[in-house]
Formats: sequence, C-alpha cells, structure tokens
Amino acid sequence: MNRAIEIAIAGIGIWSPEARNWDEAIAALCRNVEIAPNSTLRPTPSVLPPTERRRAPESVLLGVDVAQQACEMAGIVARDLPHVFASSYGDLPINDYLCETLAQSPLEVSPIRFHNSVHNAPAGYWAIATGCTCSSTAISAGDWTFGAGLLETSLVAASTGQAALLAAYDVPAAGALRDVVACDSKFAVGMVLATQCAAPVARIRIALDNKSAAELASDASVLHASHRDNPAARSLGILQSIARKEPGVVRVPAGPHLTLDVEILPWWT
Amino acid sequence: MSALANALSSRISGLRRNDFGAQPLDCWIGRVDGIEESPLPPLFAAWDGRNNRLAWIALHQDDFIERATAAIEKYGASRVALVLGTSTSSIEETERAYRELTPDKHLPPAQRRSEVHQTNSLCSFVQAALGIEGPSLTIATACSSSAKVFASAARLLESGLVDAAIVGGGDSLCGSVLYGFNALELVSRDPCRPFDAERSGLSLGEAAGFALLERIDADKTAPRLVGYGESADAHHMSAPHPQGLGAELALRDALARAGLTPNDVDYINLHGTASRQNDEVEAALVARTFAATTLASSTKGWTGHTLGAAGIVETVITLLSIQQRFVPGTLNSRVLDPACGPQITLDNRNHDIRVALSNSFGFGGNNCCLAFIAGDRS
Repeated sequence: MNRAIEIAIAGIGIWSPEARNWDEAIAALCRNVEIAPNSTLRPTPSVLPPTERRRAPESVLLGVDVAQQACEMAGIVARDLPHVFASSYGDLPINDYLCETLAQSPLEVSPIRFHNSVHNAPAGYWAIATGCTCSSTAISAGDWTFGAGLLETSLVAASTGQAALLAAYDVPAAGALRDVVACDSKFAVGMVLATQCAAPVARIRIALDNKSAAELASDASVLHASHRDNPAARSLGILQSIARKEPGVVRVPAGPHLTLDVEILPWWT
Repeated sequence: MSALANALSSRISGLRRNDFGAQPLDCWIGRVDGIEESPLPPLFAAWDGRNNRLAWIALHQDDFIERATAAIEKYGASRVALVLGTSTSSIEETERAYRELTPDKHLPPAQRRSEVHQTNSLCSFVQAALGIEGPSLTIATACSSSAKVFASAARLLESGLVDAAIVGGGDSLCGSVLYGFNALELVSRDPCRPFDAERSGLSLGEAAGFALLERIDADKTAPRLVGYGESADAHHMSAPHPQGLGAELALRDALARAGLTPNDVDYINLHGTASRQNDEVEAALVARTFAATTLASSTKGWTGHTLGAAGIVETVITLLSIQQRFVPGTLNSRVLDPACGPQITLDNRNHDIRVALSNSFGFGGNNCCLAFIAGDRS
C-alpha cells in the first residue's frame, strides 16, 4: 500500500567538531579515526559575507556551512535549489537570551537578536547569501526532525522533478534550557536530493513504517558517541552506510509511531 | 467560523488596548478571552501553556475534532498527516518559567517539561490529542508558517503516502513578539490600518485554526486548494524586497500551478500588516498584476497580525468569501495609500467569489501564496 520514494543523494555536507566535511566524516565513520574535538570551533562558511560570518549565530553558521558543502559536492548552483532547513530546537542560546531579557528588562530586547530568533533565520541568511528565490522552508519535528526533514525535502524534489536541499542542524542548549533539552553538541548535515543525478554520492529508497519505533543506530563510531542527544545526528546511520559503502536498510525515526525505512541502494560500480 | 463571519460582516474588530503582561506596551492587541481559565485536560498536562490551550480551544470549534477523528477512522491513523505552522510555539510558557527561575538559575520543577519548551510543542500536542501516526511536522517560517503547511500537505497527498492531512497552526501572544516587534519599531500605538496612507505599523494578535484536507473525490462540493506558490526574497531578514520580487514569484507560482491567470482571480486576502514597507510593496504588486475588477483586502484590522497563525486564519476568511459570496473590506483604514490600485476595498462587498488567493509573507523574506477555487455548486 505504501509507496516508496526513490531519490539520489547528489551531495553531502557535514559539520561537527570532530568532522568538518565529508572526507573527515568518512575517516571518522570508516576507520574510527579520532579527531580531537574542539568545542570552541565554529563553522566558517565562505558563502556568507565576512561580517555576517563573524556575527551570525551558531545555528546559522552550522546550517549554512553544510548547505554550502552539499551544493559544492553536487555541483549544483545553490540559487536554483528549493531548500528545507530542519532543526529541533532552533537557536537555543538566543531563546535563552530572549527569555532571560524578558524576565529582567523587556524593553532592552535586541531587535537583531529578535529577528535572528525566528526558526527560519538560517534559511533566510542562506537565501540572501546565495541569491536563491526558490521555496525556503524551516521545520521542526522534535526528536524526529531529521527524518521529517528528509521526507519533506524528498517530496519537494519529487514534486518538481528537480533537486532540493536539506540542511539539518542543532546547537547545544544554553542556560536554564539545559534542564529540559539534552542536546549538548553541535552537529549539522546537508544533503542535495535529486530525482535524477548522473553521479550520485548514493541512491536511497524511502518507505514509511508504522509497525515499530526505530532504535538508534547501535554502531558506536566516534560521531555516534559524541552526538547521541543531537537530533540532527539521527542522520548518522545513513551517513555511515554510505561512507562504508554498505547497502542495506537504515531505520530513521520520523515520529513517535513512524519510522523511515531508508534503503541504501548499491550505487557504485 | 460563524463568529468570525459575523464579526466580518458587522465590522466589529477584535482588537483592544494591550492588557497582556505585567507592564503592557502602549499598543493594541487581538487577545482571545478565557485562555487563562482553560487548562488542558489532565491527560495532556505536560503540554499545558497558552499556545496549546488556544489550539485545544480551536480544535473544539465547528465540530473540527469530530471531523478529524472521522477521517482518522476512515483512512487509518498512519494514513493521515499533520502539518502545523507556528512562529513562537509555546515560548510564552518558557518566558513564564524564566520569570520563576530557582536561585541557582534552574527551571522550577513544575516547568521541567520538555513537551512545552520546544518549537514542535504545538504539533506534538495535537498529534497526541488526535492520535495521528502519519508524517507530522512543524513549519516555522515566521508569518508564512501556516500558509506553507498547505503546500507541504499537498505534496504528501500527491505522493500517495497519505490519504488525508490535518493542517493549520497557532500562535499566541507572548513577550517575545510584543517586545521584539516593538524593538523593531513595527508596532502601531493605534489599531492597525492596513493600506492606509497614514498607517503606523501593525497590531499583534493571537489565533489558532485547523483544516482537514482530503482528495477532491472525498467531497466534490468542498472548496479546493488548486495552487500554492512558495519563494524567498533573498533580500533582507526583516524587510521585504522593495519591488516585491519574492511575493510576485510566489503569486505567479501559485497561479501557474492552478492553471489560472490573474484575470481569473475574484478576491485576494492580502498579507497587509499595516507596516509601511509591506503594504507599499504588496499594494504595488496587486495594482500592476490584477484587473480592476479583482477585489482585494487585508483583514488584519479585525484580527491583528497573528504571525504564524495568519496563514490559516486568512485561509479560513478566504474560504468564507467563497462560501458566503462575501468580501470583507479593510477595517480601520480611511484613506488608501496612493500605491493602491482599484482592487483594494475598504468597504465590505457582496460578490460571487469563485477563485480566491491568500497571501502570507514572513521574516527572512519568506513568501507563500495559496489559490482556492469553489467546489461543485448545485
């Protein structure tokens, strides 16, 4: 009854303190190479003008960096791509600042921090930096955000017969929000998904499964261990299969009662 | 919906002097009465907060929860999607928690509820309340959020992955938006006057609303979503493109997908926030695109700008215009800005509406236009 969506991954981007691009991620996922994480590192996406690269919130830097990486690997001009930016929590440090300021001295709320607090700020900065006037979406689905974003982006690509860009990211909780948000790491993944692609990084087939909830991938790579509580890192199962060139089905949680069965198809020759 | 229709036809605004919070700013707001006295049922206590209470109230209007439940029974819980839009979700509850931090700066124990302190709170609450097991997500693109949910749901239906989708959204008043828009100097001290030459900014409001989408065969008399257009301005985070580039792309995209031309359009519910820039750009776009016989208006003089809920609220008004052959005017406004063409009406009109559009634009230069057409009329 359920139809499957078959789609190519034309490009991948990744940023975490241990793996700042796909090559470093392959090393971490295949050979478990330890790259000393440096939590003070920030992404520095060259697509942003220097002043914005300096001032932008970390959520923007993460989302934009992996988006740029994925487009460059796919060899697709960013301005032609509808995009979906997916984050469970948005920019937690800004939310902490806003709530703290509102509690103390509400008239001092910074207008720039306020407009940077919207969930679609990274998508907005991306569209401005790349001159992209295509559909621009920002989503959240709690712990299931990566799966929901993968499905949403696949459907955007399928509905146009073209390619679409996914950027999923989450940043560490800040202030009192740490009491309710477990996410304590920086992790972002970008994917260009295309219905047609001559030289994909991988091909996948996505089917919905309501029968059972997905377990987190048990394979304990360095990245899995460091980002267990980062919702964007629910992508690691797919990334590991691709990095290791291991076809098979990866189960990606997409809701409390919904799993995406993502089949990694043999694509290399 | 009947209360909304009555308010529109009798031109009664829901705006009042700001009485929200401890030291209210000098402005006008659209505030829903009774939320404070309507906690969620104990089963859903973890989600309790102003925004989810407002959603709960909206779910119980117009037999919506019965219709939604019937659709879930008909198709199966896994074949129904949920796509909801919000800008701030339940951050009002997080603001409240921060006013009550413990001396060592922790959330008070009663506020350690992850269900409520996150963007997806509204969607996860409605998902649990209705028992939906299909794809579920929050779209949070500021003031276009609950318009874009229709586009996302249409794609899910087209894909064959689901047979029905519940869409909508909600945004409630909170300090973040009142003080944030105030800091951006976008809030008027008087009730907002969309497209008025002397408009001085927006009035904020709160709302929640829902719609059930099924394939056309399910009810041929129901109004139809025939097109959607989504775009980005690629210009500025909090100001629209001066020539309305993204707004025009969204409009053209919606018409193209619907197989319509501007001349086919009977009514447009405009974004019309009453901010200086938005209204100037949107008025010029309407003036240069549509025939003089197309009617257009902003209904924010009734509701205020309900931000992430504006898309669903104004979709409901757009569908009312089709159903009741009635176009609301532009309340509070007296003298139209010179940028306005003959399309924008201050007065209410009785007019047969077959094709109607709804515009929603948000921060980040995020635009969405929806196109609706009347169902089969007997």
